[in-house]
Amino acid sequence: MAEAELQSTPVTRAREADIPRESLLVRFGPDRPLKLDSGIEFSPFQVAYKTYGRLNAARSNAVMICHALTGDQHVASVHPVTGKNGWWETMVGPGKPIDTERYFVICSNVVGGCMGSSGPSSIDPKTGNPFGLSFPVITIRDMVRAQAMLLDHLGIDTLFAVAGGSMGGMQVLQWAESFPERVFCALPIACATRHSAQNIAFHEVGRQAVMADPEWRGGRYLIEGTDPRRGLAVARMGAHITYLSDAALHRKFGRKFQDRSNPTFSFDADFEVESYLRYQGSSFVERFDANSYLYLTRAMDYFDIAAEHDGVLASAFKHTPTRFCVVSFTSDWLFPTSESRAIVHALNAASARVSFAEIVTDKGHDAFLLDEPELFAIIRGFLDGAARARGLQDLR
Amino acid sequence: MNMQARPQRELAAAGAARSSGQARVDLLVVSQMVEPGARVLDVGCGDGELLKILTETKNVDGRGIEISREGVNLCVAKGLAVIQGDADTDLADYPDDAFDYVILSQTLQATWQPRVVLEHMLRIGSRAIVSFPNFGHWKIRLKLLAFGRMPRTTNLPDTWYNTQNIHFCTIRDFRDLCNEVGVKIETAVALNAWGGRLRLNVPWWFWNLFGEQAVFLLSRRR
Repeated sequence: MAEAELQSTPVTRAREADIPRESLLVRFGPDRPLKLDSGIEFSPFQVAYKTYGRLNAARSNAVMICHALTGDQHVASVHPVTGKNGWWETMVGPGKPIDTERYFVICSNVVGGCMGSSGPSSIDPKTGNPFGLSFPVITIRDMVRAQAMLLDHLGIDTLFAVAGGSMGGMQVLQWAESFPERVFCALPIACATRHSAQNIAFHEVGRQAVMADPEWRGGRYLIEGTDPRRGLAVARMGAHITYLSDAALHRKFGRKFQDRSNPTFSFDADFEVESYLRYQGSSFVERFDANSYLYLTRAMDYFDIAAEHDGVLASAFKHTPTRFCVVSFTSDWLFPTSESRAIVHALNAASARVSFAEIVTDKGHDAFLLDEPELFAIIRGFLDGAARARGLQDLR
Repeated sequence: MNMQARPQRELAAAGAARSSGQARVDLLVVSQMVEPGARVLDVGCGDGELLKILTETKNVDGRGIEISREGVNLCVAKGLAVIQGDADTDLADYPDDAFDYVILSQTLQATWQPRVVLEHMLRIGSRAIVSFPNFGHWKIRLKLLAFGRMPRTTNLPDTWYNTQNIHFCTIRDFRDLCNEVGVKIETAVALNAWGGRLRLNVPWWFWNLFGEQAVFLLSRRR
């Protein structure tokens, strides 16, 4: 990776963490602490979010989108830091499967994130410095609790739908488990009810890469004015491989050389795939906080819904009134179809109303973010059916 | 098991009826057996035609299992609650008495273990509806007798080496299985080649000879 590229730009991310651009913000004071799984009552804290579309008079058309590990609230509008389109613009927007002309879409940055919701890069009011590792460890359930508090703040009792992929899908499952009466339908996509040993192992490699960067300074880099971008970039590079399939990498890059016809017999990025990964790493560090990466990967590692029900997954969804639409992708080896099938089996055993589709694609785990017409048709059809059952009037 | 090919068998069998824009006659007979508002599981639901009929005409709470991805994705896109699964392996996951009716339409002969499937159906549901092609139909008998080859008909057009139908039976065979498993036959209907119902007050051997398809409504023996 080009050295110069990674040593520039002083840290300005603390600002985005405290005063997020292009976002709405709700602050919860000491009277409304976030009760964390770790036992801590965290307060004060804030949640940054975005909304799209209009809430109907009955307040029955709200859809909560839960973002994945490195996503944020900018689901269907231009990202204030990167200037790129929203991360799920193919899915969410006017006339899209999650149609903002019909539904009131809410997407919030998870707690522990770095785009405006309280996280390790936020300022600790007690010290005036960024939290760093003094930020409490959070879980997927904590994220969902914060989202539920946001929903209370917005005066919305029941969500028409909760949707998300990967870590977002975990939040969807947690929503259905924690607040079944508040979720009319749930769309957990490309996810699992627990993180596997392999998933945890990959995350640990990423965390170790961050912590091995001398600029990480025990998590105090924002205070000491350093920036562990190399470590974070390596973490992202490693993780990015897990989001793609072997076939997709081969189709995209094969063994092609980057801007050259012969190997240089050096450790330059000779191969296109190397160059691509380096780009993924270096662009990621421009918008993401290294400590947030540690906290959010940890939250995923701790996720295991069945564990709270004596290991019986079906008990987690017993008597659930929620309609489920579970989707997996054939080439996703990070959250393989077998994990989704386990969700479906548990929901069947709980007599839940569940649809399940596996989509054929060679795009790997990332397929849920990409242009997959079959996925769009399924989500659209499922939501249409649910909207009919819910008696949702078309807003158009 | 071949996960891809099985629905084509069903689609082939249903092809003629569908192309004319009409629902398959056996589906209509099945739907007539279902009480309004019931909880229904359709095993091998194909493209969801029966579930759609039942939802629209009987207001049932319907769920489906389908082995083919194409079928499942079509169903879910239609707003039906359908999962990808296999009658032979996935019925075991359902709890007892989860449904009022479990339907197996033109799928029994394609399962690995028809008896186990039947037992699961009447464990999961208090009633079961099974429709299947009758291998005892006179045309099939005649073809085997006259040509000495595995018969192929309009409804069963596949060659023996290419068919998903691995457990053919006759109406009599199925009735014997019901007795052996200990389930009660509530209603049985045989359809002739034109989809008409055969007369009720005829002996079984007549049905077995002239019924091209059969639909059975079963319940647990008390």
